[in-house]
Amino acid sequence: MTSPSHGRARRLDDAYLYAGSSSFTEFVSGYRPELLPSGRPLPTGTHVEAPHGTTIVTLLYDGGVVMAGDRRATMGNLIANRDMEKVFAADDYSVVGIAGTAGIAIELVRLYQVELEHYEKIEGAIMSLEGKANRLASMIRGNLGLAMQGLTVVPTYAGYDLDEAAGRIYSYDVTGGCYVEPGHHSTGSGSVFARGALKKLWHPGMSEEQAVSVAVEALYDAADDDSATGGPDLGRQIWPTVAVVDRGGARFVANDLLQAHVERVVAARRGNPGGAR
Amino acid sequence: MSMPFYVPPEQVMKDRADFARKGIARGRSVIVLAYDHGIAFVAENPSRALHKVSEIYDRIAFAAVGRYNEFESLRVAGIRYADLRGYSYDRTDVTARALANTYAQTLGAVFTQESKPFEIEIVVAEVGATSAGDQIFRLTYDGSVADEQGFVVMGGASEQAEERLSAAWREGLSLGEALRVAVDVLAASSDNGEPRALEATQLEVAVLDRDRPRRAFRRIVGPLLDRLLSTEDPTADAPRSDETHPGHPDILSGNGESPTS
Repeated sequence: MTSPSHGRARRLDDAYLYAGSSSFTEFVSGYRPELLPSGRPLPTGTHVEAPHGTTIVTLLYDGGVVMAGDRRATMGNLIANRDMEKVFAADDYSVVGIAGTAGIAIELVRLYQVELEHYEKIEGAIMSLEGKANRLASMIRGNLGLAMQGLTVVPTYAGYDLDEAAGRIYSYDVTGGCYVEPGHHSTGSGSVFARGALKKLWHPGMSEEQAVSVAVEALYDAADDDSATGGPDLGRQIWPTVAVVDRGGARFVANDLLQAHVERVVAARRGNPGGAR
Repeated sequence: MSMPFYVPPEQVMKDRADFARKGIARGRSVIVLAYDHGIAFVAENPSRALHKVSEIYDRIAFAAVGRYNEFESLRVAGIRYADLRGYSYDRTDVTARALANTYAQTLGAVFTQESKPFEIEIVVAEVGATSAGDQIFRLTYDGSVADEQGFVVMGGASEQAEERLSAAWREGLSLGEALRVAVDVLAASSDNGEPRALEATQLEVAVLDRDRPRRAFRRIVGPLLDRLLSTEDPTADAPRSDETHPGHPDILSGNGESPTS
């Protein structure tokens, strides 16, 4: 690869060989800034219509953390996508869920995944969970210019801290503020309703299965009152994305288990729209 | 004004090559060899922290001998190159062949243009879906590339070692057998011919395991390495599951806790 500025033979550019830092983002922002969301010139228009991802819920349980997201993306009053994934494995021991402008959010998540793996490979060690949360914060901060034009990205980050042997949830605001959440958290348009559900249903010391069930209930409540959040789609067999992180690492809950959870919640709400009490 | 003496280009290249070769021959050897489930890397390296073998990308690893600072900068460059390519195209578009070509251009340019050539030798290896798809590229200080079949020895007394290895290596060795072959060759490759005793703690061992889903690179240390090297122990291959321990992502030691699920 040569730098875009000159066409010498395909010898590695000096940028590759500099001692530099072990951050992929810093390397790219110096070498190919146009590949980063923050490195592109801002369009002058004031408003861009783009698909938005909606609700993410995250909760701690005894032994780890569960993160779940609905599958809908909306654009204005239209459903832009019915089966979008909004919860991603960031590395082996953490997951990131996104709410906001889907295109930029997914780009940020891809960049973040490479950033963590890049550090791992260069340093030969996993970054601390706090370090990973701070890296994500600085990437959100870099997106502030786009956010001010309505292209907001607000992630939630959750991981298992191998040193402390506990799950952790980090929430963010649009300016890159990063906050540790004590028990549970939700973001996105349906978050108000999901948070209400989590408040009533979450308690310390839950098992993994209970936590997954509570996450599905909270998403049901979000979809019940927020048109931008996708509810259980039994006809199309679309289930929420649910990730679990424990000391064994990050993994996604299998579809057949999710189907059982969703069907149980739907059955329990028949004639009882308020749900669990 | 004094004229510099004329030195024929053949002489310049020969001097540079001799210089680089001497530097490389001072170092300890590294062996890269294919086994039934992937590619194994065995380096004589007492350091736990300064690696001669490391991960570049999902299916690609890097091994080097010679001056640490020189191959370390190429290792980091390779990771940057692979990650940038994977990020701007797709993960499947990162290949060992492209990386080996880029390294070759760099080594060749340094050999002819800089005041001092790199005193290093590199292997870039990529594990395929089957053993037929495995690729091992060997790059030397002057930028020449060789596509090796099955095994490579670099550094130190590599000529005798290569003969020994070609006699002992065959296709379809288990990991345990392959590691024992490599250790025998490393132990024998000192000048006086008397084989040394190489302990597991003096070795840096890693594999690219083709059966792992994405990132194939794992370091093998501790009790697991002892078991693989022992002729009495039945352990012949690395475990399929990963271990949980803080700090290091890619280590298989045999005493870390396996995940519950």
